[in-house]
Amino acid sequence: MTIAMFLAFVIATLGITVWSAKKNTGSSAYFAAGRSIKGWQNGLAVAGDYMSAASFLGISGMIAFFGYDGFMYSVGFLVAYLTVLYVVAEPLRNAGKYTMADLLAYRLKARPVRAAASLSTLTVSTFYMVAQMIGAGVLVSTLLKEYAWITPNAAIIGVGILMIVYVIFGGMHGTTWVQIVKAVLLMTATFVLSFLVMREFDYSFSKFFDAISSLTYTKGGEEVTQNFLDPGMKFGAAATAAGGGWGPLDLISLGLALVLGTAGLPHVLVRFYTVPDAKTARVSVVWAMVIIGTFYLLTTFLGFGAATLLKPHLITNENMAAPELSHFLGGDVFFAFISAVAFATILAVVAGLTISASTSFAHDFYTNVLNHGKEVAPEKEVKIARIAALFVGGISIALAIKLQTINVAFLVGLAFAVAASANLPVIVFSVFWKRFNTSGAVTGLLVGLFSSIILIVLSPSVMGIDGADVPAAKRHLIQAQAIFPLTNPGIVSIPLGFLAAFLGTLFRREPESEAKFAEFSVRAHTGLGAEKAHDH
Amino acid sequence: MSDKENPSGTDQETWERIAACPEFESLLASKRRFVVPCCVFFLVYYFALLYFVGWHLDWMKKPVLGKINLAYLFALSQFLMAWGMAWLYMRKAATYDKAVAEILIRETP
Repeated sequence: MTIAMFLAFVIATLGITVWSAKKNTGSSAYFAAGRSIKGWQNGLAVAGDYMSAASFLGISGMIAFFGYDGFMYSVGFLVAYLTVLYVVAEPLRNAGKYTMADLLAYRLKARPVRAAASLSTLTVSTFYMVAQMIGAGVLVSTLLKEYAWITPNAAIIGVGILMIVYVIFGGMHGTTWVQIVKAVLLMTATFVLSFLVMREFDYSFSKFFDAISSLTYTKGGEEVTQNFLDPGMKFGAAATAAGGGWGPLDLISLGLALVLGTAGLPHVLVRFYTVPDAKTARVSVVWAMVIIGTFYLLTTFLGFGAATLLKPHLITNENMAAPELSHFLGGDVFFAFISAVAFATILAVVAGLTISASTSFAHDFYTNVLNHGKEVAPEKEVKIARIAALFVGGISIALAIKLQTINVAFLVGLAFAVAASANLPVIVFSVFWKRFNTSGAVTGLLVGLFSSIILIVLSPSVMGIDGADVPAAKRHLIQAQAIFPLTNPGIVSIPLGFLAAFLGTLFRREPESEAKFAEFSVRAHTGLGAEKAHDH
Repeated sequence: MSDKENPSGTDQETWERIAACPEFESLLASKRRFVVPCCVFFLVYYFALLYFVGWHLDWMKKPVLGKINLAYLFALSQFLMAWGMAWLYMRKAATYDKAVAEILIRETP
């Protein structure tokens, strides 16, 4: 049953890919779907790219286990889009072509800026992707456990091959439609699941919240009753004292990375190039906010539903809260549907990551760094992107298989931290600060990138001493006391990124960049000269 | 295509003329007056939630609506705040679109 639904999704999306492949003539079609995607469609696609398995499964599970504190992720993921809407989406669409680096290279020296931006893009995308693929391996093999041949390795390779196929043949057009289908499926599943949860409480909110506020379950062999609406189960001082964490400060640091990082995630940014103009980009952010906000509101029912109806101690692990809830409420058929949706979610997100990484490689690194921005035939750039997709996909498959025995939850946090610390400062300065220059962009990007990575490596996410009873998948990568106390580096690395971009700028004067600011400003704010939509 | 070319064929003189025209300057000033306070507001509102949830648990745990506590209501209000701010931006942006259209009609052939 489950496998039939998986196959149905795979066949449908391959159909989309074949259909899109015919439209992929020229580089604007391949990299930006011919800039012909409508506002509501792009809204769904942005939502699809964003609502990863970490959202659907991870947040449901986090709320099921940690109550209110899990819901904090839901809030942050939505508020983050205000940064995208107010600061980034429109100037990016107006001034750029295919990648984030286009915005920076407009008035700065192309080669160093693009090299650094491409490095940051590839790092964010690869980390994010490896985390998703390891999750996919575990999830798919658990959901299809009646088939012994579907091991985590087989699932990772399968997911990897599919995403490469989508990207190489479907290009941005195909990837966008895969996102749209996935977003519709995910929203449908979430609505049905929420509805079924409320049915268990006779559609009474007061009964539902009564159950949440005094939840009795077994914890460490003892029966405890806890109010799951109370904050503090994950980030509270008491909850983290045992782990040596910093509690509330960790929450602030995470919040910073979420709210500022989303506007620097390459796979979200490239979406705004697929629409005809900045106005449509704006409309699509608002569509995305409606969809994403509704989804994260509904995580209340998914997460608390799993906590009250299943009891935390009876749920296999955080990722299985939503699938097990669906089995409890709707039996085998509904479980199969929800599993297929989770599978679709992962596939769509990794495809989105692959295309943004390979576009950045082809357009930023190959064309503009290696070839000095000399005219490259469009077919050549697309060909390089396809080869890059193959490599990015292959490397991610290999890394995911290699790293799957360790706890990789930190990789997603790292992606947001790098996006917020490296990408956002240079985007903001480049749009709003005339004096900003190449040395500021390069130092900002590199300091943001490396300070995030180094702080994560020194943090309790990677370093820690585990007892012998800790299972392999939960063990810390480095068995030593953590040097940096916070699990998320944002609160340090984001100010560092801004500071480095600022100081790096003061270090030198670049008259060319300042002279070009008038032109850039007019283009970013009026859309004059912006890339136009193409007819196929 | 290299970065330094203008695909639109707009010449340097046009860019600079628009950049220097008072309507464009007042558009930027108006954007600044709107976007900066709005960003400060939503960031302060969001981090206020994290601050209170982190350091003022006793207040936040107070039930206010049946069993629903202040913390959950505050979190719900963030959704309304985000949607409200998005609506506000859409409304304001429509006036920018109008200003931009006027500038472009006058300044470009």
